[in-house]
Amino acid sequence: MAKLDSKIPKGRLAEKWTLYKEYQKLVSPANKRKIEIIVVGTGLAGGAAAASLGEMGFKVKVFCIQDSPRRAHSIAAQGGINAAKNYPNDGDTIYRLYYDTIKGGDYRAREANTYRLAEVSNNIIDQCVAQGVPFAREYGGYLANRSFGGAQVSRTFYARGQTGQQLLLGAYGALSKEIKKGSVELYTRREMLDLVVMKDGRARGIIVRNLFTGEIERYSAHAVLIASGGYGNVFFLSTNAMTLNGGAVWQSYKRGALFANPCFVQIHPTCIPVHGDYQSKLTLMSESLRNDGRIWVPKKLEDAKKIQKGEMKGIDIPEEDRDYYLERRYPAFGNLVPRDVASRAAKERCDAGYGVGKTGLAVFLDFKDAIERLGRDVIEARYGNLFQMYEKIVDENPYEVPMRIYPAIHYTMGGLWVDYELQSNIPGLFVAGEANFSDHGANRLGASALMQGLADGYFIIPFTMQNYLADQIAVGEITTDSEEFEKVEKEVKDRIDKLMSIKGTETVDSIHKRLGHIMWDNVGMSRNKEGLEKAIEEIQALRKEFWTNVKVPGKKDGINLELEKALRVADFLELGELMARDALHREESAGGHFREEYQTEEGEAMRNDQDFMYVAAWEYTGDDKEPKLNKEKLVYEETEIKQRNYKTA
Amino acid sequence: MDLKLKIWRQASRDAKGKFVDYEVHNISSDASFLEMMDLLNEDLVEKGEEPVAFDHDCREGICGMCSLFINGRPHGPDSAITTCQLHMRKFKDGETIVIEPWRAKPFPVIKDLIVDRSAFDELIQAGGYISVSTGGVPDANAIPVSREKAELAMDAAACIGCGACVAACKNASAMLFVSAKVSQFALLPQGKIEAKERVQKMVAKMDDLGFGNCTNTYACEAECPKEISVTNIARMNREFFVAKIS
Repeated sequence: MAKLDSKIPKGRLAEKWTLYKEYQKLVSPANKRKIEIIVVGTGLAGGAAAASLGEMGFKVKVFCIQDSPRRAHSIAAQGGINAAKNYPNDGDTIYRLYYDTIKGGDYRAREANTYRLAEVSNNIIDQCVAQGVPFAREYGGYLANRSFGGAQVSRTFYARGQTGQQLLLGAYGALSKEIKKGSVELYTRREMLDLVVMKDGRARGIIVRNLFTGEIERYSAHAVLIASGGYGNVFFLSTNAMTLNGGAVWQSYKRGALFANPCFVQIHPTCIPVHGDYQSKLTLMSESLRNDGRIWVPKKLEDAKKIQKGEMKGIDIPEEDRDYYLERRYPAFGNLVPRDVASRAAKERCDAGYGVGKTGLAVFLDFKDAIERLGRDVIEARYGNLFQMYEKIVDENPYEVPMRIYPAIHYTMGGLWVDYELQSNIPGLFVAGEANFSDHGANRLGASALMQGLADGYFIIPFTMQNYLADQIAVGEITTDSEEFEKVEKEVKDRIDKLMSIKGTETVDSIHKRLGHIMWDNVGMSRNKEGLEKAIEEIQALRKEFWTNVKVPGKKDGINLELEKALRVADFLELGELMARDALHREESAGGHFREEYQTEEGEAMRNDQDFMYVAAWEYTGDDKEPKLNKEKLVYEETEIKQRNYKTA
Repeated sequence: MDLKLKIWRQASRDAKGKFVDYEVHNISSDASFLEMMDLLNEDLVEKGEEPVAFDHDCREGICGMCSLFINGRPHGPDSAITTCQLHMRKFKDGETIVIEPWRAKPFPVIKDLIVDRSAFDELIQAGGYISVSTGGVPDANAIPVSREKAELAMDAAACIGCGACVAACKNASAMLFVSAKVSQFALLPQGKIEAKERVQKMVAKMDDLGFGNCTNTYACEAECPKEISVTNIARMNREFFVAKIS
């Protein structure tokens, strides 16, 4: 049984991080030059960490899957980044940001980690402004804020609808500065396929595939940081970029790292609905749209039916026949309820037959009132690029007719288990950003992913990693010639040879799509025992089929896109099962995890704090063997535990 | 829709490339261009042929990875979008579509439709940032920025680094790309301190890497998926001139 020590510092919640920093061990400047660090991923967490560690004087090797670090998927985040600056003077504090985040996550995140996230949020905004990130400003030249779901204050900083892009380019600038200086070495078009753990149990390197040459390469370091993002693509259709995958976290899991809360997946309420089976991905429309857009479906079933048949349009429905169901059900928060709540409410209406669009699987997001109130110019300034994107994809003008939206897989709160230092249970293996599990519990609030990525990358990892590395200065250079590297590399090569040798009849995508359907139907927005048990069986059968009948054409050398996809889908076929197992074992509803058996009479999620107020950290025990469950009990020392209520303030 | 495709196939950087004809059938006009390419590839894989290699990732027009030259235009016939946002409704049933990689000396073809754009990273590394380390910076509101300047900086910062400007330019000039970064920082008080050095280093690097000169045809602006304006080039020229004489 793995030992779970969360290493939460002593002291009051507000003092923990300060106390930690006062007592942590440091590495002297002369020694930093001798220490090597591998960073996997160049999104907000990885990019910011690599740049900061390089600035400090460590020797950093950074890896990205795309052709440039600037293309990591953090770039696609639209709406904004939270911070407790309280610039609008509306009553925000660090504690309130913390509390909204922990409550939004349905009390399934670790108190001390989440508090620290809120605590460093203000430093992030300062840092980004200093880097020249062009945040939106008021006429006086000061920073502007807007509101996001799950909060009653305006604390979200933004750069039009491209906040993620601008923050990532800030981190990319910092990284480029360090690459130029020589402190960071950049490896593009590389995919991590395995983790190397030495006999003493420490992580000392990675095995990657060079996506251009097909070569399998070894890299060693004193510590490894994984910041490779989430695993939402297990569902095939999601808002994630095409290459985003679970490989780095999954292979680390198979080398002994614990996987925490894999079933906590975020379904984002405002995405462009699915329109055909050839579709490759779903497009997110920023949550910021819910600031001004009102969500509704027809009140009358016959109106909904007519819309589905194309006999009627949304604009034909008079005001009194519209059901603004979020405003009706949740008067205190209205259209700004958290994502999980908004998603489930949309599903509930559509399942009851009130959905719109050809498929009946969509609801309206309407800007008519906002345009009347504020004028088209204001709406265009706020959301212009999003409206344009919608029109290009759907071929309808959202200034004139309401948008149609539906929930889609967006973010994974679960990830590798880490302690307060963001170190996994494997010494020397750190995990940051979406790849870890620690800050968002069972549901992430909007504008908090950017906050966490940059908090981990700029302000946490550079401190906590030193505490580990201080012990490592005597170790000396780590070579890749050891038998551990030899062994892991061989296993990777064998995996590739096996895939190439199957020469079956099913394409990788067709199997991935089938996996996606199993996941969406049974491990998606609402789950139940029977469906989850069925999903586990079906995934196992599909995995068997994959390993006997998948078709991977071409050669293993050089660019082989099908081989790349096959390696990722092989991981997803295992990860999907773990997600289902976790969802099955968690006999409660919490945040994005909604078990049909556990709901109130009004259909709201019903938590079970008595039995499930813990982090489920799964331990790998071998292929096709049941994983072992470890529990980290969640202790809330300075937090009042409430039932989430967005109906009344 | 049924379509004929003429696609550039090239096995590797040094291999000789050529156009190969393909056909796709029953494509929905609601499908995106890359989804049409996916269907072609799925078909090729099923037949045991090697799929067409092309770059793409976010598929929502922001990562800048996709880079196809379609019927003679970077990112195809629609305006202000990337290839991944281009939809088949922009084409006619039965049409022949010619698909090529970016063609520019500093962007060598790696395979089929994939080119190497690392020259853009090198340009940024030459000075496309503000030299600030993590920590030790003033409160964000200690540096007020006029809304007008912030908006102009954002207009420039919207660049996704896809390289369409270079591909569109008969001289393969990177002026729009470089000027967008130079402008963003020249407009903001935070960027002013290194402004002179930045513009000189980035322009010198651009010449080093083999990008051509700007002859004011504005093809770059016309094809930029983010509608970056050539006024940024004018601003950069001004910055460059001031840096040289002071």
